[in-house]
Amino acid sequence: MNGTLEGFLYLVAAVLFILGLKRLTSPATARAGNRLAALGMLIAIVVTLFDAGVIGYGAIVAGIVVGGAVGAYLAKVVEMTAMPQLVAAFNGFGGGASALVALSALSDTGGDAGLRAYVTIGLSILIGAVTFSGSFVAFGKLQGVLPGRPVSFPGQVAADLALAATAVIGIILLGVGGLHTWAWIIMAAALVLGVTRTLPIGGADMPVVISLLNSASGLAASAAGFVIDSNALIISGALVGASGLILTNIMVKAMNRTLRNVLFSAFGGTTAAPGATDDIDKITRSASADDVAVTLGYAERVIVVPGYGLAVAQAQHVLRELAQLLEDRGVDVRYAIHPVAGRMPGHMNVLLAEADVDYDRLHDLEDVNGDFPSTDVALVVGANDVVNPSAREDPTSPIHGMPILDVDRARNVIVVKRSLSPGFAGIDNPLFYNDNTLMFFADAKAGLAEVVSAVKEL
Amino acid sequence: MSSLLIPITVFVLASFVGFEVITKVPPTLHTPLMSGSNAISGITVIGAIVAAGGANTTLATVLGFVAVAFATINVVGGFLVTDRMLEMFKHGSRG
Repeated sequence: MNGTLEGFLYLVAAVLFILGLKRLTSPATARAGNRLAALGMLIAIVVTLFDAGVIGYGAIVAGIVVGGAVGAYLAKVVEMTAMPQLVAAFNGFGGGASALVALSALSDTGGDAGLRAYVTIGLSILIGAVTFSGSFVAFGKLQGVLPGRPVSFPGQVAADLALAATAVIGIILLGVGGLHTWAWIIMAAALVLGVTRTLPIGGADMPVVISLLNSASGLAASAAGFVIDSNALIISGALVGASGLILTNIMVKAMNRTLRNVLFSAFGGTTAAPGATDDIDKITRSASADDVAVTLGYAERVIVVPGYGLAVAQAQHVLRELAQLLEDRGVDVRYAIHPVAGRMPGHMNVLLAEADVDYDRLHDLEDVNGDFPSTDVALVVGANDVVNPSAREDPTSPIHGMPILDVDRARNVIVVKRSLSPGFAGIDNPLFYNDNTLMFFADAKAGLAEVVSAVKEL
Repeated sequence: MSSLLIPITVFVLASFVGFEVITKVPPTLHTPLMSGSNAISGITVIGAIVAAGGANTTLATVLGFVAVAFATINVVGGFLVTDRMLEMFKHGSRG
Protein backbone atom coordinates (compact mmCIF):
# COMPACT_ATOMS: atom_id res chain seq x y z
CA MET A 1 0.00 0.00 0.00
CA ASN A 2 1.35 3.42 -0.82
CA GLY A 3 2.64 5.51 2.07
CA THR A 4 0.31 8.49 1.64
CA LEU A 5 -2.82 6.36 1.60
CA GLU A 6 -1.54 4.41 4.59
CA GLY A 7 -0.86 7.63 6.52
CA PHE A 8 -4.31 8.94 5.62
CA LEU A 9 -6.04 5.78 6.84
CA TYR A 10 -4.14 5.95 10.14
CA LEU A 11 -5.41 9.51 10.47
CA VAL A 12 -8.95 8.25 9.87
CA ALA A 13 -8.42 5.72 12.67
CA ALA A 14 -7.20 8.45 15.05
CA VAL A 15 -10.21 10.65 14.18
CA LEU A 16 -12.54 7.70 14.87
CA PHE A 17 -10.91 7.30 18.31
CA ILE A 18 -11.56 10.96 19.10
CA LEU A 19 -15.15 10.82 17.83
CA GLY A 20 -15.67 7.61 19.81
CA LEU A 21 -14.42 9.23 23.00
CA LYS A 22 -16.65 12.25 22.33
CA ARG A 23 -19.69 9.98 22.29
CA LEU A 24 -18.72 8.66 25.70
CA THR A 25 -19.94 11.97 27.10
CA SER A 26 -23.49 10.59 27.31
CA PRO A 27 -24.76 7.13 28.29
CA ALA A 28 -27.18 7.28 25.35
CA THR A 29 -24.42 7.49 22.72
CA ALA A 30 -21.58 5.78 24.59
CA ARG A 31 -22.05 2.30 23.16
CA ALA A 32 -21.99 3.60 19.59
CA GLY A 33 -18.88 5.60 20.50
CA ASN A 34 -17.06 2.52 21.73
CA ARG A 35 -17.93 0.73 18.48
CA LEU A 36 -16.66 3.68 16.47
CA ALA A 37 -13.34 3.49 18.31
CA ALA A 38 -13.22 -0.27 17.69
CA LEU A 39 -13.82 0.39 13.98
CA GLY A 40 -10.90 2.82 14.03
CA MET A 41 -8.75 0.09 15.54
CA LEU A 42 -9.85 -2.41 12.91
CA ILE A 43 -8.91 0.02 10.12
CA ALA A 44 -5.50 0.64 11.70
CA ILE A 45 -4.82 -3.09 12.04
CA VAL A 46 -5.88 -3.94 8.48
CA VAL A 47 -3.79 -1.11 7.04
CA THR A 48 -0.78 -2.36 8.98
CA LEU A 49 -1.22 -5.90 7.72
CA PHE A 50 -0.66 -4.53 4.21
CA ASP A 51 2.48 -2.71 5.33
CA ALA A 52 5.41 -3.25 3.00
CA GLY A 53 7.66 -4.14 5.95
CA VAL A 54 5.53 -7.15 6.83
CA ILE A 55 7.02 -10.16 5.14
CA GLY A 56 5.86 -13.08 7.30
CA TYR A 57 2.40 -13.56 8.75
CA GLY A 58 2.93 -16.61 10.96
CA ALA A 59 3.80 -14.80 14.20
CA ILE A 60 1.18 -12.12 13.54
CA VAL A 61 -1.69 -14.53 12.98
CA ALA A 62 -0.65 -16.65 15.96
CA GLY A 63 -0.44 -13.56 18.19
CA ILE A 64 -3.80 -12.21 17.08
CA VAL A 65 -5.51 -15.58 17.52
CA VAL A 66 -4.04 -16.21 20.98
CA GLY A 67 -4.47 -12.62 22.18
CA GLY A 68 -7.97 -12.29 20.71
CA ALA A 69 -9.14 -15.51 22.35
CA VAL A 70 -7.70 -14.61 25.76
CA GLY A 71 -9.05 -11.03 25.59
CA ALA A 72 -12.52 -12.11 24.48
CA TYR A 73 -12.68 -14.80 27.14
CA LEU A 74 -11.64 -12.44 29.95
CA ALA A 75 -14.08 -9.76 28.77
CA LYS A 76 -16.93 -12.27 28.72
CA VAL A 77 -16.45 -13.99 32.06
CA VAL A 78 -15.37 -11.09 34.28
CA GLU A 79 -17.68 -10.17 37.15
CA MET A 80 -18.50 -6.47 37.29
CA THR A 81 -17.07 -6.32 40.80
CA ALA A 82 -13.76 -7.55 39.37
CA MET A 83 -13.61 -4.84 36.70
CA PRO A 84 -10.77 -2.90 38.42
CA GLN A 85 -8.39 -5.83 38.30
CA LEU A 86 -9.33 -6.66 34.72
CA VAL A 87 -8.60 -3.11 33.63
CA ALA A 88 -5.35 -3.27 35.58
CA ALA A 89 -4.39 -6.46 33.73
CA PHE A 90 -5.31 -4.95 30.35
CA ASN A 91 -3.19 -1.88 31.18
CA GLY A 92 -0.34 -4.24 31.96
CA PHE A 93 -0.64 -6.12 28.66
CA GLY A 94 -0.72 -2.83 26.74
CA GLY A 95 2.35 -1.50 28.55
CA GLY A 96 4.18 -4.78 28.06
CA ALA A 97 3.39 -4.78 24.34
CA SER A 98 4.76 -1.23 23.97
CA ALA A 99 8.00 -2.19 25.71
CA LEU A 100 8.35 -5.23 23.44
CA VAL A 101 7.74 -3.15 20.32
CA ALA A 102 10.62 -0.90 21.37
CA LEU A 103 12.87 -3.88 22.15
CA SER A 104 12.20 -5.41 18.80
CA ALA A 105 12.76 -2.07 17.01
CA LEU A 106 16.14 -2.08 18.73
CA SER A 107 17.07 -5.48 17.33
CA ASP A 108 16.20 -4.16 13.85
CA THR A 109 18.57 -1.20 14.12
CA GLY A 110 21.72 -3.24 13.83
CA GLY A 111 23.63 -0.94 16.15
CA ASP A 112 23.82 2.42 14.35
CA ALA A 113 20.43 4.00 14.82
CA GLY A 114 21.49 7.36 16.24
CA LEU A 115 20.88 9.13 19.50
CA ARG A 116 17.23 9.95 18.95
CA ALA A 117 16.19 6.41 18.08
CA TYR A 118 18.05 4.92 21.05
CA VAL A 119 16.69 7.42 23.56
CA THR A 120 13.09 6.94 22.42
CA ILE A 121 13.59 3.18 22.50
CA GLY A 122 15.01 3.36 26.03
CA LEU A 123 12.18 5.61 27.26
CA SER A 124 9.60 3.39 25.64
CA ILE A 125 11.04 0.30 27.33
CA LEU A 126 11.13 2.10 30.68
CA ILE A 127 7.52 3.35 30.61
CA GLY A 128 6.15 0.14 29.12
CA ALA A 129 7.92 -2.16 31.57
CA VAL A 130 6.96 -0.10 34.65
CA THR A 131 3.35 -0.12 33.44
CA PHE A 132 3.52 -3.87 32.90
CA SER A 133 4.85 -4.92 36.30
CA GLY A 134 3.04 -2.16 38.24
CA SER A 135 -0.28 -3.16 36.68
CA PHE A 136 0.15 -6.80 37.56
CA VAL A 137 0.99 -5.96 41.17
CA ALA A 138 -2.17 -3.79 41.27
CA PHE A 139 -4.05 -6.74 39.72
CA GLY A 140 -2.69 -9.05 42.42
CA LYS A 141 -3.72 -6.69 45.21
CA LEU A 142 -7.23 -6.22 43.84
CA GLN A 143 -7.68 -9.92 43.16
CA GLY A 144 -6.49 -10.77 46.66
CA VAL A 145 -3.48 -12.76 45.41
CA LEU A 146 -1.15 -10.20 46.98
CA PRO A 147 -1.81 -8.50 50.34
CA GLY A 148 -3.99 -5.40 49.93
CA ARG A 149 -2.22 -3.62 52.77
CA PRO A 150 0.78 -1.46 51.93
CA VAL A 151 3.94 -3.59 51.79
CA SER A 152 7.08 -1.63 52.50
CA PHE A 153 10.63 -2.47 53.51
CA PRO A 154 13.51 -0.44 54.93
CA GLY A 155 15.41 1.56 52.37
CA GLN A 156 12.56 1.36 49.89
CA VAL A 157 12.83 4.93 48.67
CA ALA A 158 16.59 4.56 48.24
CA ALA A 159 16.06 1.34 46.30
CA ASP A 160 13.46 3.02 44.06
CA LEU A 161 15.81 5.92 43.41
CA ALA A 162 18.65 3.54 42.59
CA LEU A 163 16.43 1.63 40.15
CA ALA A 164 15.19 4.82 38.49
CA ALA A 165 18.77 6.10 38.24
CA THR A 166 19.88 2.81 36.68
CA ALA A 167 17.15 3.09 34.06
CA VAL A 168 17.98 6.72 33.25
CA ILE A 169 21.72 6.05 33.03
CA GLY A 170 20.91 3.03 30.89
CA ILE A 171 18.91 5.22 28.49
CA ILE A 172 21.77 7.70 28.24
CA LEU A 173 24.38 4.99 27.65
CA LEU A 174 22.15 3.22 25.15
CA GLY A 175 21.79 6.55 23.34
CA VAL A 176 25.49 7.25 23.31
CA GLY A 177 26.95 3.84 22.59
CA GLY A 178 24.09 1.83 21.13
CA LEU A 179 25.04 -1.23 23.17
CA HIS A 180 21.94 -3.43 23.27
CA THR A 181 22.75 -4.87 26.69
CA TRP A 182 21.60 -1.56 28.15
CA ALA A 183 18.11 -2.13 26.80
CA TRP A 184 17.83 -5.32 28.84
CA ILE A 185 19.20 -3.56 31.92
CA ILE A 186 16.64 -0.76 31.50
CA MET A 187 13.95 -3.41 31.12
CA ALA A 188 15.02 -5.26 34.27
CA ALA A 189 15.29 -2.09 36.37
CA ALA A 190 11.90 -0.87 35.13
CA LEU A 191 10.20 -4.20 35.87
CA VAL A 192 11.51 -4.21 39.44
CA LEU A 193 10.65 -0.53 39.86
CA GLY A 194 7.03 -1.16 38.84
CA VAL A 195 6.80 -3.77 41.61
CA THR A 196 8.52 -1.79 44.37
CA ARG A 197 6.55 1.34 43.51
CA THR A 198 3.13 -0.36 43.59
CA LEU A 199 3.56 -2.74 46.55
CA PRO A 200 3.60 0.03 49.20
CA ILE A 201 0.28 1.45 48.00
CA GLY A 202 -2.73 0.20 49.92
CA GLY A 203 -5.88 -1.40 48.53
CA ALA A 204 -8.02 1.65 49.24
CA ASP A 205 -5.79 3.81 47.07
CA MET A 206 -6.14 1.52 44.06
CA PRO A 207 -8.54 3.88 42.20
CA VAL A 208 -5.65 6.34 41.96
CA VAL A 209 -3.12 3.70 40.98
CA ILE A 210 -5.29 2.23 38.24
CA SER A 211 -5.97 5.68 36.79
CA LEU A 212 -2.29 6.47 36.84
CA LEU A 213 -1.35 3.17 35.21
CA ASN A 214 -4.04 3.80 32.60
CA SER A 215 -2.30 7.06 31.82
CA ALA A 216 1.06 5.28 31.76
CA SER A 217 -0.20 2.67 29.29
CA GLY A 218 -1.17 5.56 27.00
CA LEU A 219 2.21 7.22 27.38
CA ALA A 220 3.88 3.87 26.67
CA ALA A 221 1.95 3.65 23.38
CA SER A 222 2.94 7.22 22.54
CA ALA A 223 6.58 6.48 23.30
CA ALA A 224 6.42 3.42 21.04
CA GLY A 225 4.95 5.78 18.42
CA PHE A 226 8.06 7.95 18.66
CA VAL A 227 10.18 4.83 18.17
CA ILE A 228 8.44 3.59 15.03
CA ASP A 229 7.50 7.07 13.76
CA SER A 230 3.79 6.48 13.89
CA ASN A 231 1.39 9.39 14.33
CA ALA A 232 -1.44 6.94 14.99
CA LEU A 233 0.35 5.63 18.07
CA ILE A 234 1.43 9.06 19.24
CA ILE A 235 -2.09 10.52 18.97
CA SER A 236 -3.93 7.57 20.52
CA GLY A 237 -1.39 7.26 23.30
CA ALA A 238 -1.67 10.96 24.08
CA LEU A 239 -5.49 10.72 24.26
CA VAL A 240 -5.27 7.87 26.75
CA GLY A 241 -2.48 9.55 28.69
CA ALA A 242 -4.67 12.63 29.11
CA SER A 243 -7.69 10.56 30.08
CA GLY A 244 -5.76 8.70 32.76
CA LEU A 245 -4.36 11.92 34.19
CA ILE A 246 -7.80 13.52 34.42
CA LEU A 247 -9.18 10.48 36.24
CA THR A 248 -6.15 10.36 38.54
CA ASN A 249 -6.72 13.97 39.46
CA ILE A 250 -10.42 13.41 40.15
CA MET A 251 -9.68 10.41 42.37
CA VAL A 252 -6.94 12.17 44.32
CA LYS A 253 -9.22 15.15 44.99
CA ALA A 254 -12.12 12.91 46.02
CA MET A 255 -9.87 11.25 48.59
CA ASN A 256 -8.54 14.55 49.86
CA ARG A 257 -5.00 13.48 49.10
CA THR A 258 -2.13 14.54 46.94
CA LEU A 259 -0.63 12.25 44.34
CA ARG A 260 2.66 12.39 46.21
CA ASN A 261 0.93 11.32 49.40
CA VAL A 262 -0.81 8.39 47.68
CA LEU A 263 2.39 7.18 46.06
CA PHE A 264 4.78 7.57 48.94
CA SER A 265 2.98 7.39 52.28
CA ALA A 266 1.95 3.72 52.44
CA PHE A 267 -1.40 4.94 53.73
CA GLY A 268 -4.39 3.15 52.24
CA GLY A 269 -5.74 -0.10 53.55
CA THR A 270 -4.42 0.28 57.07
CA THR A 271 -7.43 -0.91 58.98
CA ALA A 272 -7.31 1.21 62.07
CA ALA A 273 -6.50 0.17 65.57
CA PRO A 274 -9.68 -1.45 66.90
CA GLY A 275 -9.62 0.66 70.06
CA ALA A 276 -9.93 3.85 68.06
CA THR A 277 -13.52 4.50 69.06
CA ASP A 278 -13.75 6.51 72.26
CA ASP A 279 -16.38 5.05 74.46
CA ILE A 280 -17.76 8.12 76.18
CA ASP A 281 -21.46 8.85 75.91
CA LYS A 282 -21.85 7.67 72.41
CA ILE A 283 -25.29 6.29 71.98
CA THR A 284 -26.57 4.98 68.71
CA ARG A 285 -30.21 4.39 67.86
CA SER A 286 -30.36 0.87 66.62
CA ALA A 287 -33.23 -0.17 64.38
CA SER A 288 -34.88 -3.38 63.23
CA ALA A 289 -35.75 -4.26 59.65
CA ASP A 290 -39.37 -3.32 60.39
CA ASP A 291 -38.37 0.15 61.64
CA VAL A 292 -36.32 0.67 58.49
CA ALA A 293 -39.18 -0.52 56.29
CA VAL A 294 -41.65 1.88 57.96
CA THR A 295 -39.29 4.84 57.72
CA LEU A 296 -38.60 4.16 54.05
CA GLY A 297 -42.09 3.07 53.07
CA TYR A 298 -43.77 6.24 54.31
CA ALA A 299 -41.14 8.65 52.99
CA GLU A 300 -41.62 10.84 49.94
CA ARG A 301 -38.01 11.26 48.91
CA VAL A 302 -35.21 8.79 49.54
CA ILE A 303 -31.58 9.08 48.48
CA VAL A 304 -29.52 5.87 48.60
CA VAL A 305 -25.78 6.21 49.24
CA PRO A 306 -24.03 2.99 48.22
CA GLY A 307 -20.46 2.29 49.25
CA TYR A 308 -17.97 -0.42 48.49
CA GLY A 309 -19.40 -2.58 51.30
CA LEU A 310 -22.50 -2.94 49.12
CA ALA A 311 -20.46 -4.43 46.30
CA VAL A 312 -18.50 -6.68 48.66
CA ALA A 313 -21.78 -8.07 49.99
CA GLN A 314 -23.13 -8.39 46.41
CA ALA A 315 -26.20 -6.48 47.62
CA GLN A 316 -26.79 -4.27 44.57
CA HIS A 317 -29.57 -6.49 43.21
CA VAL A 318 -31.54 -6.66 46.44
CA LEU A 319 -31.05 -2.90 46.83
CA ARG A 320 -32.57 -2.41 43.41
CA GLU A 321 -35.50 -4.67 44.41
CA LEU A 322 -36.06 -2.53 47.49
CA ALA A 323 -35.93 0.65 45.42
CA GLN A 324 -38.48 -0.81 43.00
CA LEU A 325 -40.87 -1.69 45.84
CA LEU A 326 -40.53 1.82 47.25
CA GLU A 327 -41.15 3.39 43.84
CA ASP A 328 -44.27 1.28 43.48
CA ARG A 329 -45.45 2.89 46.72
CA GLY A 330 -44.83 6.33 45.21
CA VAL A 331 -41.53 7.02 46.92
CA ASP A 332 -39.00 8.94 44.85
CA VAL A 333 -35.73 6.97 45.05
CA ARG A 334 -32.42 8.30 43.75
CA TYR A 335 -28.79 7.32 44.24
CA ALA A 336 -25.90 9.53 45.31
CA ILE A 337 -22.54 8.25 44.13
CA HIS A 338 -19.30 9.45 45.70
CA PRO A 339 -16.39 9.46 43.22
CA VAL A 340 -14.52 6.84 45.25
CA ALA A 341 -17.54 4.67 46.08
CA GLY A 342 -15.97 1.78 44.17
CA ARG A 343 -12.49 0.46 43.49
CA MET A 344 -12.03 2.47 40.32
CA PRO A 345 -13.55 5.67 38.92
CA GLY A 346 -17.23 5.11 38.09
CA HIS A 347 -17.19 1.54 39.39
CA MET A 348 -20.33 1.88 41.55
CA ASN A 349 -22.28 3.24 38.58
CA VAL A 350 -21.44 0.12 36.59
CA LEU A 351 -22.46 -2.14 39.49
CA LEU A 352 -25.81 -0.37 39.77
CA ALA A 353 -26.29 -0.37 36.00
CA GLU A 354 -25.78 -4.12 36.12
CA ALA A 355 -28.60 -4.30 38.67
CA ASP A 356 -30.82 -2.43 36.14
CA VAL A 357 -30.84 0.91 37.87
CA ASP A 358 -31.73 3.68 35.41
CA TYR A 359 -28.66 5.87 34.90
CA ASP A 360 -30.81 9.00 35.24
CA ARG A 361 -31.25 8.10 38.91
CA LEU A 362 -27.52 8.07 39.59
CA HIS A 363 -26.28 11.45 40.78
CA ASP A 364 -22.81 12.87 41.33
CA LEU A 365 -21.74 14.44 44.56
CA GLU A 366 -21.98 18.04 43.28
CA ASP A 367 -25.44 17.53 41.77
CA VAL A 368 -27.04 15.85 44.73
CA ASN A 369 -25.53 17.42 47.84
CA GLY A 370 -27.93 20.38 47.86
CA ASP A 371 -30.89 17.98 47.86
CA PHE A 372 -30.26 16.27 51.20
CA PRO A 373 -32.04 18.91 53.36
CA SER A 374 -35.25 18.28 51.40
CA THR A 375 -34.83 14.50 51.58
CA ASP A 376 -36.84 12.40 54.02
CA VAL A 377 -34.44 9.49 54.27
CA ALA A 378 -30.81 9.05 53.30
CA LEU A 379 -30.12 5.31 53.17
CA VAL A 380 -26.40 4.62 53.58
CA VAL A 381 -25.37 1.09 52.61
CA GLY A 382 -21.79 -0.03 53.10
CA ALA A 383 -20.33 3.48 53.01
CA ASN A 384 -18.51 5.18 55.87
CA ASP A 385 -15.77 7.74 55.31
CA VAL A 386 -17.55 9.34 52.35
CA VAL A 387 -20.48 10.32 54.61
CA ASN A 388 -18.42 11.34 57.64
CA PRO A 389 -19.39 14.89 58.66
CA SER A 390 -15.99 15.33 60.39
CA ALA A 391 -14.59 15.94 56.92
CA ARG A 392 -16.69 19.10 56.84
CA GLU A 393 -16.75 20.15 60.48
CA ASP A 394 -13.69 18.94 62.39
CA PRO A 395 -10.47 20.66 61.31
CA THR A 396 -8.44 18.16 63.38
CA SER A 397 -9.85 15.15 61.52
CA PRO A 398 -7.45 13.34 59.16
CA ILE A 399 -10.11 13.48 56.47
CA HIS A 400 -10.92 17.17 56.99
CA GLY A 401 -11.55 18.82 53.63
CA MET A 402 -12.47 15.60 51.82
CA PRO A 403 -15.62 16.11 49.75
CA ILE A 404 -18.42 14.12 51.38
CA LEU A 405 -22.07 13.41 50.76
CA ASP A 406 -24.00 15.53 53.29
CA VAL A 407 -26.36 12.76 54.38
CA ASP A 408 -26.49 14.16 57.93
CA ARG A 409 -28.55 17.06 56.55
CA ALA A 410 -31.38 14.74 55.52
CA ARG A 411 -34.36 14.51 57.91
CA ASN A 412 -33.58 10.88 58.70
CA VAL A 413 -30.51 8.81 58.05
CA ILE A 414 -30.49 5.02 58.00
CA VAL A 415 -27.09 3.37 58.02
CA VAL A 416 -26.87 -0.31 57.09
CA LYS A 417 -23.59 -1.57 58.48
CA ARG A 418 -22.26 -4.69 60.14
CA SER A 419 -20.81 -2.92 63.17
CA LEU A 420 -19.46 0.41 64.32
CA SER A 421 -15.99 -0.40 63.01
CA PRO A 422 -14.24 2.51 61.32
CA GLY A 423 -13.64 2.74 57.57
CA PHE A 424 -10.39 2.86 55.62
CA ALA A 425 -9.31 6.14 57.15
CA GLY A 426 -9.58 4.45 60.55
CA ILE A 427 -11.57 7.22 62.17
CA ASP A 428 -14.82 7.28 64.06
CA ASN A 429 -17.90 8.60 62.32
CA PRO A 430 -20.06 11.06 64.35
CA LEU A 431 -22.89 10.47 61.89
CA PHE A 432 -23.64 7.18 63.66
CA TYR A 433 -24.40 8.97 66.93
CA ASN A 434 -26.65 11.72 65.57
CA ASP A 435 -30.23 11.97 66.82
CA ASN A 436 -31.61 11.62 63.30
CA THR A 437 -29.55 8.52 62.50
CA LEU A 438 -30.92 4.99 62.76
CA MET A 439 -28.32 2.22 62.73
CA PHE A 440 -29.41 -1.07 61.17
CA PHE A 441 -26.68 -3.51 62.11
CA ALA A 442 -26.66 -6.20 59.44
CA ASP A 443 -24.82 -7.58 56.46
CA ALA A 444 -25.90 -5.44 53.51
CA LYS A 445 -27.40 -8.27 51.47
CA ALA A 446 -29.16 -10.15 54.28
CA GLY A 447 -30.27 -6.91 55.94
CA LEU A 448 -31.75 -5.39 52.79
CA ALA A 449 -33.51 -8.69 52.04
CA GLU A 450 -35.20 -8.46 55.46
CA VAL A 451 -36.22 -4.88 54.73
CA VAL A 452 -37.64 -5.97 51.37
CA SER A 453 -39.92 -8.51 53.05
CA ALA A 454 -40.87 -5.98 55.72
CA VAL A 455 -41.83 -3.39 53.09
CA LYS A 456 -43.99 -5.99 51.37
CA GLU A 457 -45.89 -6.42 54.66
CA LEU A 458 -46.64 -2.70 55.02
CA MET B 1 16.21 17.83 15.98
CA SER B 2 13.58 19.22 13.64
CA SER B 3 12.51 15.67 12.82
CA LEU B 4 11.74 15.16 16.50
CA LEU B 5 9.77 18.39 16.66
CA ILE B 6 7.00 17.05 14.44
CA PRO B 7 6.09 14.01 16.58
CA ILE B 8 6.34 16.16 19.72
CA THR B 9 3.95 18.68 18.16
CA VAL B 10 1.52 15.89 17.33
CA PHE B 11 1.80 14.54 20.88
CA VAL B 12 1.18 17.89 22.57
CA LEU B 13 -1.78 18.81 20.37
CA ALA B 14 -3.34 15.35 20.78
CA SER B 15 -2.97 15.66 24.56
CA PHE B 16 -4.96 18.90 24.48
CA VAL B 17 -7.66 17.26 22.37
CA GLY B 18 -7.74 14.42 24.92
CA PHE B 19 -8.13 16.81 27.85
CA GLU B 20 -10.91 18.74 26.11
CA VAL B 21 -12.90 15.66 25.11
CA ILE B 22 -12.44 13.63 28.26
CA THR B 23 -13.16 16.39 30.76
CA LYS B 24 -16.73 16.27 29.44
CA VAL B 25 -17.25 12.58 30.22
CA PRO B 26 -19.63 12.30 33.21
CA PRO B 27 -18.52 10.32 36.31
CA THR B 28 -21.20 7.70 35.58
CA LEU B 29 -19.17 6.61 32.56
CA HIS B 30 -15.71 6.78 34.06
CA THR B 31 -15.22 3.01 34.25
CA PRO B 32 -16.23 2.41 30.61
CA LEU B 33 -14.09 5.43 29.69
CA MET B 34 -11.17 3.80 31.37
CA SER B 35 -11.60 0.38 29.77
CA GLY B 36 -12.42 1.93 26.38
CA SER B 37 -9.45 4.29 26.39
CA ASN B 38 -7.38 1.37 27.59
CA ALA B 39 -8.44 -0.53 24.46
CA ILE B 40 -7.39 2.47 22.38
CA SER B 41 -3.94 2.39 23.97
CA GLY B 42 -3.74 -1.12 22.52
CA ILE B 43 -3.03 0.72 19.23
CA THR B 44 0.49 -0.36 19.97
CA VAL B 45 -0.69 -3.55 18.24
CA ILE B 46 0.21 -1.97 14.91
CA GLY B 47 3.80 -1.55 16.08
CA ALA B 48 3.70 -5.14 17.27
CA ILE B 49 2.43 -6.36 13.89
CA VAL B 50 5.25 -4.58 12.06
CA ALA B 51 7.73 -6.03 14.57
CA ALA B 52 6.38 -9.58 14.27
CA GLY B 53 6.03 -9.45 10.49
CA GLY B 54 9.44 -7.99 9.78
CA ALA B 55 11.44 -10.07 12.22
CA ASN B 56 14.39 -11.96 10.82
CA THR B 57 15.82 -13.57 13.96
CA THR B 58 14.15 -16.10 16.22
CA LEU B 59 14.37 -13.76 19.19
CA ALA B 60 12.74 -10.92 17.23
CA THR B 61 9.99 -13.28 16.03
CA VAL B 62 9.26 -14.44 19.58
CA LEU B 63 9.25 -10.87 20.89
CA GLY B 64 6.97 -9.87 18.02
CA PHE B 65 4.58 -12.73 18.68
CA VAL B 66 4.34 -11.91 22.40
CA ALA B 67 3.88 -8.21 21.60
CA VAL B 68 1.04 -8.94 19.17
CA ALA B 69 -0.61 -11.31 21.65
CA PHE B 70 -0.37 -8.81 24.54
CA ALA B 71 -1.63 -5.90 22.48
CA THR B 72 -4.49 -7.97 21.03
CA ILE B 73 -5.62 -9.01 24.53
CA ASN B 74 -5.68 -5.31 25.35
CA VAL B 75 -7.60 -4.33 22.20
CA VAL B 76 -10.12 -7.17 21.95
CA GLY B 77 -10.71 -7.52 25.70
CA GLY B 78 -10.91 -3.77 26.20
CA PHE B 79 -13.48 -3.05 23.51
CA LEU B 80 -15.61 -6.11 24.33
CA VAL B 81 -15.76 -5.50 28.06
CA THR B 82 -16.57 -1.83 27.47
CA ASP B 83 -19.38 -2.85 25.16
CA ARG B 84 -20.64 -5.30 27.78
CA MET B 85 -20.73 -2.56 30.40
CA LEU B 86 -22.31 0.08 28.20
CA GLU B 87 -25.04 -2.33 27.19
CA MET B 88 -26.14 -2.35 30.84
CA PHE B 89 -26.58 1.42 31.01
CA LYS B 90 -30.29 1.66 30.38
CA HIS B 91 -32.81 4.37 30.50
CA GLY B 92 -36.58 4.37 30.87
CA SER B 93 -37.05 0.62 31.23
CA ARG B 94 -38.07 0.22 34.84
CA GLY B 95 -38.04 -3.45 35.73
